[in-house]
Amino acid sequence: MKTQTWAAALVALALPATLAAPMILAQEPVMAPHRAATSGEPVALDLVERGKYIVSTSGCHDCHTPFMMGPNGPEPDMSRALSGHPQDLLMPTPPVLPAGPWQIVVSGTATAHAGPWGVTYTANLTPDAETGLGKWTMQQFVDTIRTGRRLGRGREILPPMPIPVYRNLTDADLEAVFAYLQSIPAISNKVPDPIVAEEVLELEAPGETAEK
Amino acid sequence: MRTVFLTWLLAWLPFAAASGADAPATRLGDTGLYLPGTLQADPAHMAISPQYPLWSDGARKRRWLSIPQGAQIDASDPDRWVFPVGTRAWKEFGYSQPIETRMIERLESGQWRYLTYVWNAEGSEALLAPAEGISRHLASDAPGGRYPIPSQEDCLACHDGGAGPLLGVSALQLSPDRDPLAPHAETPPQPSTNLVRLSELNLLSNFPPELLDNPPRIPAASPVTRAALGYLHGNCGACHNDNGSLADLDLVLLQSAARPEAGLQRSLQTLVGVAADEVADGVSLRVLPGHPAHSALAFRLRTRNPIAQMPPLGRRVPDIEAIALVERWIQLETSKQFGMEQQP
Repeated sequence: MKTQTWAAALVALALPATLAAPMILAQEPVMAPHRAATSGEPVALDLVERGKYIVSTSGCHDCHTPFMMGPNGPEPDMSRALSGHPQDLLMPTPPVLPAGPWQIVVSGTATAHAGPWGVTYTANLTPDAETGLGKWTMQQFVDTIRTGRRLGRGREILPPMPIPVYRNLTDADLEAVFAYLQSIPAISNKVPDPIVAEEVLELEAPGETAEK
Repeated sequence: MRTVFLTWLLAWLPFAAASGADAPATRLGDTGLYLPGTLQADPAHMAISPQYPLWSDGARKRRWLSIPQGAQIDASDPDRWVFPVGTRAWKEFGYSQPIETRMIERLESGQWRYLTYVWNAEGSEALLAPAEGISRHLASDAPGGRYPIPSQEDCLACHDGGAGPLLGVSALQLSPDRDPLAPHAETPPQPSTNLVRLSELNLLSNFPPELLDNPPRIPAASPVTRAALGYLHGNCGACHNDNGSLADLDLVLLQSAARPEAGLQRSLQTLVGVAADEVADGVSLRVLPGHPAHSALAFRLRTRNPIAQMPPLGRRVPDIEAIALVERWIQLETSKQFGMEQQP
């Protein structure tokens, strides 16, 4: 529920343009743009190709592939495609922003985000068994996106992951995305756990201590 | 912006999980729970009290079950009761006064529908909650003055996790052989709705008769082990079982009435000495015999960090009584059974 609130706030603030594309997808089911050369009729892409299409048009790389500075400015490092926040990039404590409308800071890699919810690092979506989605099932992936909870029943997926947008994808689209993610090269990269803001903990149960 | 507005609007529409179903009642009073014009539960409904209740930040609860007249629960598998169409169950949560009442019903289509009704401050009326839930509903006597009303997805997180939609209505939970050490056990309402009464009311079909003579219980080696595993059954088994989408985690905390010994051993085998996800320094096993401080099971029950806490929802206040029980079990009973040779 918190995730949805914060993610909705991000959408409302119209922050990253990358979020706008999946919003459109949520309204209008994705149609593959390819057409058969002869008939002009749409052709069904196979599952992996369709998944690749959705991933590449829905902004997944914008947060899950580390950006680096290239000759044309920031660009995704496709040698680390979809492997999430680099484990060797240890982030310092995020800056405290002055009161005002600026509330969120993002790393230069676009893989670490800090805001009122805490600090989040984008997940490794590659099929690496230990650090990525290698042990996940299709159903667990679908349930995660659909519910905004890890594996469909665990902790909340935190901002800026646009769950309120992606949850509107059809099962078929989500299955295609998962099939594609399972087909890409596995990259071992252990992403740090998110850090929940103390303010959030305090809001949840004032006066309680975190540990015995 | 149009999409943003539509997303916001849709999120606040009342939910109906099953397509094609009648629209749900917008007022709890219209769901059939109460006698008409009153807030008194219809005595035709059965008040129930599972022996291993779910901890919900200390909320007081009342529960009712309604089976349509002439219908029966197919109880041939004691661990997976099949409820007839028209089954309804209500569960009221509150402190000094009710805050929410949840309702689960089996529709004509066979699907289950999950609804939540939120009480007003006067306690005079409860209205259907939005599909999104209300993450910080104001409730003065709830911990921190706030109470999370679950979203539809939150309902499914537990009730669609492989243990069956009605988690507190099962052979083990309604066994007349109640566990005297079960944390937060309530005095069953009278007449007590247990297996014997359900059988006498002819509400169970094909229930194994031997389980009436020898009611289900967790066949643990000690009372503490029985109560600790019972607590985990009631609070964790909805997701951690062999049937649901988390089965491949190979962590089974759901006990069995049909095969109690096998169920017990399955839990122990998937808990004790088994590698855990890294949750804290020095905590590498789900249960390290004799060492609760180095057991992920106890850590996850203790911590308030939402990234690591278990259960992950419906809980903001650690269950001190249950944590003490589980830690006592790990410290005293697991070391007896599995030896003390393991060190942190």
